[in-house]
Amino acid sequence: MKKWQCVICGLVYDESEGWPQDGIAPGTKWEDVPDDWQCPECGAGKDDFEMVEI
Amino acid sequence: MSKPIIIIGTGLAGYNLAREIRKRDEQVALTLVTRDDGAFYSKPMLSNGFAKDKLASDLPMANADKMQQDLNASIHTHSSVTSINTQQKIIQLDSGETLAYDKLVLATGAVPIQFPMDGDAANQVLTVNDLQDYAHFRETVAGKKSIAIIGPGLIGSEFANDLAGADYEVHVIGPDNAPLGRLLPSEAGNMLQEALAALGVQWHLQTLVTAINKQQDQFRLSLKSGNEIIVDVVLSAIGLKPDLSLAKQSELQTNRGIVTNRYLQTSNEDIYALGDCAEVEDLVLPFVMPLMHCARALAATLTGEATEVVYPAMPVVVKTPAHPVVVSPPPFEAPGEWEVEALPDGVKALFKAGEDLLGFALTGSAVSEKQALTKLLPAVLP
Repeated sequence: MKKWQCVICGLVYDESEGWPQDGIAPGTKWEDVPDDWQCPECGAGKDDFEMVEI
Repeated sequence: MSKPIIIIGTGLAGYNLAREIRKRDEQVALTLVTRDDGAFYSKPMLSNGFAKDKLASDLPMANADKMQQDLNASIHTHSSVTSINTQQKIIQLDSGETLAYDKLVLATGAVPIQFPMDGDAANQVLTVNDLQDYAHFRETVAGKKSIAIIGPGLIGSEFANDLAGADYEVHVIGPDNAPLGRLLPSEAGNMLQEALAALGVQWHLQTLVTAINKQQDQFRLSLKSGNEIIVDVVLSAIGLKPDLSLAKQSELQTNRGIVTNRYLQTSNEDIYALGDCAEVEDLVLPFVMPLMHCARALAATLTGEATEVVYPAMPVVVKTPAHPVVVSPPPFEAPGEWEVEALPDGVKALFKAGEDLLGFALTGSAVSEKQALTKLLPAVLP
């Protein structure tokens, strides 16, 4: 399981936790997160800007 | 060659606009001008660098050379714009160089509010508003033990949490009754205050710093309450105000910010503004989500598809892990009142006018309701 960080606002997406509030189950790999998912804190798009592996 | 779009400023507003423009148009000539070194970094991370274990040198995602290549743009670093000739559509840099523009965008950000204080060390107060400030701040606090933060607002509270978590002795001073006084009902602010106090933060509220004097290697803060605090470092987090200097000098319409319409267009039809410097339809919103919406709309406008900016509800997350806070303030002077519900580990406060939800403040365990409640809020700018 990996963590990805929004380069705009610093929000961390942790694959082991997913993002249940947006219907993304714990354990969802980054590549399986829907392409239209947006950063819940700043609205940056998934493929618009890089999330960096940390 | 056709004249470029010129963006003044390479903070999140300037660089995100440039990225959005490039997604739509790979060819249009693009020039950016910045006073600093042009590194691209996440500004919100400046106030939680200890928790994330980030020094200033860890934060840049890309330097100016990399950004220049990625954006296929010309970037003038360490350059200040000294004037704008709106008739001839030319800007002048401090080097003496002049650049002609087709469209000009002001993304000049905001500057820290200065609060007048007496004392022989009042000018040694730090502020952290950009990466260079952050580098200086980290160098200054290294090896020190105690720090006073002036201003119990959003940034002050974030720094307090971050520094207390890194075992600094932290004092926070301000006139408010509770932290985040302008954003939260007091019950919610009190919960944050208690949680940070449990982490060791010492609050000095309902008072002001009147003077700062040197005391050997430390600083002595005199408070209006009569108390004194001795610390190693003083950080001001009173707040920011839009940087209006260029706009005023160029006789653009300004109010609190640089006044724009929903196309982000200023009173000059070839000059636009976005980000912390802009006042869009009476709204000054110095947060990341609004500027992302503005960057997308303005990129469309500047590449030939005139697009008004639309703001959905945009809750603000306060990075205080000791007691998380999410707030969506009600519209300015909106009628209605707060309904506050105390939970075992948090506060759920809803601002309602009759049945209509106009804003909310959630702390502690209540932040899990953010997404569900956000769906019920009206758009900020429909």
